[in-house]
Amino acid sequence: MAEEEKIGCARPTGGPVGEPPQEEEKEPKISEKEKKTMIMVGKKAPDFSAPAYNKGKFTSSKLSDYLGKWVVLCFYPGDFTFV
Amino acid sequence: MSVDSVFVHKMWNDNELSKMVKGGVPFPMLSDAGGKVGTVYGIYDQDAGVETRGRFLIDPDGIVQGFEVLTPPVGRNVGETLRQVQAFQLVRNSKGSEAAPSGWKPGKMTLKPGPELVGKVWEVWKTEMAFD
Repeated sequence: MAEEEKIGCARPTGGPVGEPPQEEEKEPKISEKEKKTMIMVGKKAPDFSAPAYNKGKFTSSKLSDYLGKWVVLCFYPGDFTFV
Repeated sequence: MSVDSVFVHKMWNDNELSKMVKGGVPFPMLSDAGGKVGTVYGIYDQDAGVETRGRFLIDPDGIVQGFEVLTPPVGRNVGETLRQVQAFQLVRNSKGSEAAPSGWKPGKMTLKPGPELVGKVWEVWKTEMAFD
């Protein structure tokens, strides 16, 4: 049953267990306000606040707290990914 | 920043990254469950449910000066990121009177854009300077 498979993403098959898939649901809910923000060089970055692990403590970071400093903001696919 | 929780961040830092970097990660490891921030920055892959390798340089006024986005299997060049920060800092400190030409790095010549330089870049800047 649980064969070794290429690592991929989990996703619902589209129906309740033991029943055929139902019609696909529409794109989920990202509010219009969130959608509108577009990144452009020369324009302000979208502000955010996020939970953080910082030098042994659980804290929270807000981008606007870093005004006055240079910021390198890096996204990555996941902890323990390889590169 | 990734979609992982701060608990996983702690595990990754304490069990692996701290073995690569003495003292562990020196900056906040941010958690973006659901990819909401990543979506606003345009780098969240909704199908995969993870964030791609987006990197944004934000200046002291909160203005995005540059960004780069890679798909997951290729890592970044941190030296290039630092070079870009140094170049933008130089331009900012000169209040825009200097510009960093292709291949610039600290110690190399800058250009002073203005009417006298139009059509004369070839005299002061050589193509070899685009490379190390």
